[in-house]
Amino acid sequence: MRKMRYEAPTTLEAALALLSGANGQARVLAGGTDLLIGMRAGRVEPELLVDIKDIPEMVSIVAENGGFRFGAAVTCMELVEHEEFAKAWPGVIDGVRLIGSIQVKGRATVGGNLCNASPAADSVPAMIAAGASARIAGLSRKRETRVEDIATGPGKTSLAKGEIVTSFLLPRRPPHSGDAYLRFTPRTEMDIAVVGAGVNLTLDDSGVCSQARVSLGAVAERALLVPEAAAALIGTKVDAAALERLAAAASAACRPIDDKRGTKAFRFKVAGVMARRAAEVALARARKN
Amino acid sequence: MAKHHVTATVNGDVVEFLCETHQTLLEVLRDELGLTGTKEGCGTGDCGACSVTVDGRLMCSCLVLGVEAEGKAIQTIEGMAVGTKLHPLQRKFLEHAALQCGICTPGILIAARSLLERNPDPTEEEVRYWLAGNLCRCTGYHKIVDAVLDAAREMRGG
Amino acid sequence: MSAAIAPEKKKLKVVGTRPLRPDGVPKVTGLARYGADYSLPGMLWGKILRSPHAHARIRSIDTSRAQALPGVKVVMTSADLPEQKFEYVGAERVAVNFWHMTRNIMAREKVLYEGHAVAAVAAISRTVADEALRLIKVDYETLPHVIDVEEAMRPDAPLLFEDMITRGVEPAPVKPSNISKRIEFKIGDPEAGFAAADEIVEMSFKTAPVHQGYIEPQACLARFDTDGQAELWASSQGHFVIRALSAKILGMNIGNLRVHAAEIGGGFGGKNVPYVEPVALALSRKSGHPVKIVMSREEVFKACGPAPGSSMTVKIGVRKDGKIVAADGVFKFQAGAVPGSPVMNACMCAFAPYDIPNVRSVGYDVVCNRPKTAAYRAPGTPISAYAVESVIDMVAAKISMDPLQLRLKNVARPGTPTVWGPKHTHEGYAETIEALMRHPGYTAPLGKNQGRGVASGYWFNNGGESSAAVHVNEDGTVVVATGSADLSGTRASLAMMAAETLGIDYDNVRPIVADTASIGYGHLAAGSRTTFATGIAVTDACKKVIGELCKRAAMIWDIEAEDVIWEDGQARPAGASKGRFEPLSLKAIAAKRSVTGGPIVAEVSVNAGGVAPGFATEMCDVEVDPETGQVKVLHFVTAQDVGRAIHPGYVEGQLQGGAAQGIGWALNEEYIYDKAGCLANAGFLDYRIPVASDLPRIDTVLVEVPNPNHPYGVKGVGEANIVPSLAAVANAVSHAIGRRMTELPMSPPKVLHALDSERGG
Repeated sequence: MRKMRYEAPTTLEAALALLSGANGQARVLAGGTDLLIGMRAGRVEPELLVDIKDIPEMVSIVAENGGFRFGAAVTCMELVEHEEFAKAWPGVIDGVRLIGSIQVKGRATVGGNLCNASPAADSVPAMIAAGASARIAGLSRKRETRVEDIATGPGKTSLAKGEIVTSFLLPRRPPHSGDAYLRFTPRTEMDIAVVGAGVNLTLDDSGVCSQARVSLGAVAERALLVPEAAAALIGTKVDAAALERLAAAASAACRPIDDKRGTKAFRFKVAGVMARRAAEVALARARKN
Repeated sequence: MAKHHVTATVNGDVVEFLCETHQTLLEVLRDELGLTGTKEGCGTGDCGACSVTVDGRLMCSCLVLGVEAEGKAIQTIEGMAVGTKLHPLQRKFLEHAALQCGICTPGILIAARSLLERNPDPTEEEVRYWLAGNLCRCTGYHKIVDAVLDAAREMRGG
Repeated sequence: MSAAIAPEKKKLKVVGTRPLRPDGVPKVTGLARYGADYSLPGMLWGKILRSPHAHARIRSIDTSRAQALPGVKVVMTSADLPEQKFEYVGAERVAVNFWHMTRNIMAREKVLYEGHAVAAVAAISRTVADEALRLIKVDYETLPHVIDVEEAMRPDAPLLFEDMITRGVEPAPVKPSNISKRIEFKIGDPEAGFAAADEIVEMSFKTAPVHQGYIEPQACLARFDTDGQAELWASSQGHFVIRALSAKILGMNIGNLRVHAAEIGGGFGGKNVPYVEPVALALSRKSGHPVKIVMSREEVFKACGPAPGSSMTVKIGVRKDGKIVAADGVFKFQAGAVPGSPVMNACMCAFAPYDIPNVRSVGYDVVCNRPKTAAYRAPGTPISAYAVESVIDMVAAKISMDPLQLRLKNVARPGTPTVWGPKHTHEGYAETIEALMRHPGYTAPLGKNQGRGVASGYWFNNGGESSAAVHVNEDGTVVVATGSADLSGTRASLAMMAAETLGIDYDNVRPIVADTASIGYGHLAAGSRTTFATGIAVTDACKKVIGELCKRAAMIWDIEAEDVIWEDGQARPAGASKGRFEPLSLKAIAAKRSVTGGPIVAEVSVNAGGVAPGFATEMCDVEVDPETGQVKVLHFVTAQDVGRAIHPGYVEGQLQGGAAQGIGWALNEEYIYDKAGCLANAGFLDYRIPVASDLPRIDTVLVEVPNPNHPYGVKGVGEANIVPSLAAVANAVSHAIGRRMTELPMSPPKVLHALDSERGG
């Protein structure tokens, strides 16, 4: 801890060079809301902190091909306050809004939320349901991948050594689309999700669901994309029967654990409830668009 | 290794300090700059007692490194009153008995001011949700909410 | 013992108003200094090494590498503290055993809980101190551990003390166990009482341990000079008690230790005892430098005293007409690593609100591998009230009687015997029940998935030793100095009582909390005693000052002292026959003090008796989400007999704070242990105290039935409000879901499980 260094590069290339050095003991510092806690607890002892907040593409929000690209180090509050983004993706904002407190959101980032790879991360199910993709940069290459392919287990990602997520792309929104994220926590705020559910759906002109994506958080070793749950909605008017099937599919997809935040049995049950309720909100939003 | 030499603005004044990489802004404020008004309740961003604003953004100073303060404008509780003039929130907290032990009070005042800067006419629910990151164990929040709503009223000119 | 003092009858000018507190501006500007805010030149940072094991023998401790680290000045272990005699001293209910206490401050033969202090260092910076801890090598022999109270009581449970023989059992057991003590109270003939009952309800309950949740971790600055004189700045609820206990632990004279009361960021009973203070003093003594120790939040959860977890069974027998004829309660409490849970309080207060002719209450104090319990707001009593008030709720349902009506029918009144002997002497209980019955919320309709619960509760309150000094300044302003730590506004209420008594403006009275060398002894700011007992001391001191002021006026007028009276802040002759003189204000007399005899000062010490207990009746409305078990508190009302509210705003705050803590205790707070006996939720993320968005507005009804034994009718208010709150919430949830909740906290999985069982699913 005493010898830990700190650098704040202003270009992506410089950051990548720093990250691939330092004997692999370098860590990315974005909002620090997970990293600083890990350092305090002695769980992680980096030799070098690479602060990425001065790199323009990491902290910007821009329109792209009718969708949005936002930097991995954009803070939650900045996203929440971005009117157009919030209008297009209220479900993603639902998830982002639930990360910690206003204070935590003033620092926390979606990139950090994803790469910290807690199975309960609040922004992740909504991002997966939205069909978001992540741009990843390494010293020798750049690549794009779906958000659901990043976290592989608690605290583990598919990123190679020296790679960093630089931005997220949310695609253009078809008309009559809506997304929502709901989670279950014992308190109204400040808790880690016991179950999280993100639903994104599109209706055709006759009100029939033409596309859907459903993602669950905190019920497996990472956030799950649940095609069976989406299938329960596609081709239907998202009526009570379809929602029942959605809930059942959501519960069935869980592979939860017992931990200090919730039991297996509880998570199975409540996953279905949260998925159904999130779908109801997404439906209402889709009908308004 | 040598410490970082950081220059920042705190409550409008330029300050310089030395810190090691791992030292948080909270530690720096309290131990290097002697500004003990910002409190540590948990050190993990769960209680809000260490709330400050950095470039106008509300955050927990226990989740910011001292070295990150370079070039930033930080506001702490010590800068909330202007000279001898208390901020309306400070006055209303006293009038409404919105503090008991007072340890959470600096953090809550900083957070409440941040709210009213963005939303001058919040509902009770909006106040409660904004302040969810500031734990209070003494008051049950009832008089805190009253004080914030009353300060908002006064600041709107009501 | 102070004599009975009839409360002031005339119209009050200051008492009952809502002035600003004198410590308010420093607290809203960040200038108020709490324990962690003090520094001295040359100060070292102290840090404590804590056991990673729930139960282990200490084979050896090697501090050599830590000592050798540059920047480390001293390292200490229990070897630096004197051994203490094994002996329970003091009144039974609050007995102390220094043999246990010194081991809790720093382990000797064994570590008895994860977090138990084992060694400590003092170094030039926090960073160096942290590093030094890592270099201390402790050789542990781990032992099996036990935490749950029922498991700890089993004959085959791992023993914390191999020679612990249960006290209070005749004949004494032959085999040792973890049961430190058994106590029993009985009046009447419970067996006969139950035999005569028309209906009997018996139920068992469990509660998890909870923490007071004060936002300020313990912190202090100690300075031990080489001539043996020491000073300490600490946040505590009683700097005189901290002085006495720290001096004993260090083996030094009390008079050599001067303790200053830092502002305190919450206590609720948890800061009645020392943790870091003796360690900081010992490190300072050994190093020759001041030493500052600030606990982390994790340390607070792992090593500071919580309220006990419990296992209880309560049985109540009632006649068809609602008269309770018999009651029995068995209360098993976790003491933690060393004996001393508040189970005796629980036994005494459990049935105290009621007039029941046949009562037995039995308590077990059981050691287990977790931190030693400390007081938490009416210690022990909210727990036993949860069980008793739940059963009373069930009884009311069984005989189809309104639950408040049932309580009112059986309420204790003056003359009702208590289970521990004395009769109740104060009124006020019935008034709180009636106040709630009249409250519009009590008859407001409830919606779907909603439920309403009520409960009552009793707490002894406390009197005891307090000292106060009143000084008249040269300009007629007044200083009121006491030794009572100010947790949440007692400086204001003491100043208000002083201003009222002297007849001067509140703003001309400046109250301070004096250090242990500057004022006579003052007991803890705990037990809801400060406004009561210290209030008596302050008022008595003011009366002495008034006597002196009248004497001085008499001198000025050249009349007899007994011919001068004090009225509205002025001395005047007692009637025209005694002389026609213009009244003399306090200010005018103060200006002449030198020529009339010198400074005008009075100091009074009391051991205040005439305590009136606290009593509260509460109502809670909840809504339960039937699909998730989440409970939302819609409405909460606390009606408490406060005697007289000196400062109504601060009294309301006490009621609201106690209710909020009770709601958290009932719904979401608990210590969660893993299989190794280590704490899994040592932080505010997973130790879930209510946040602002969790709570509704909390209505308070200040019932005022003045205490005739206090000049202003004060009854202690800090604690009675939490006593019924657990049961009020539990009764509400039970009604909302149609099933009795017998375990706290009523976290969503438990509620959902109960709902599903009720639905047959």
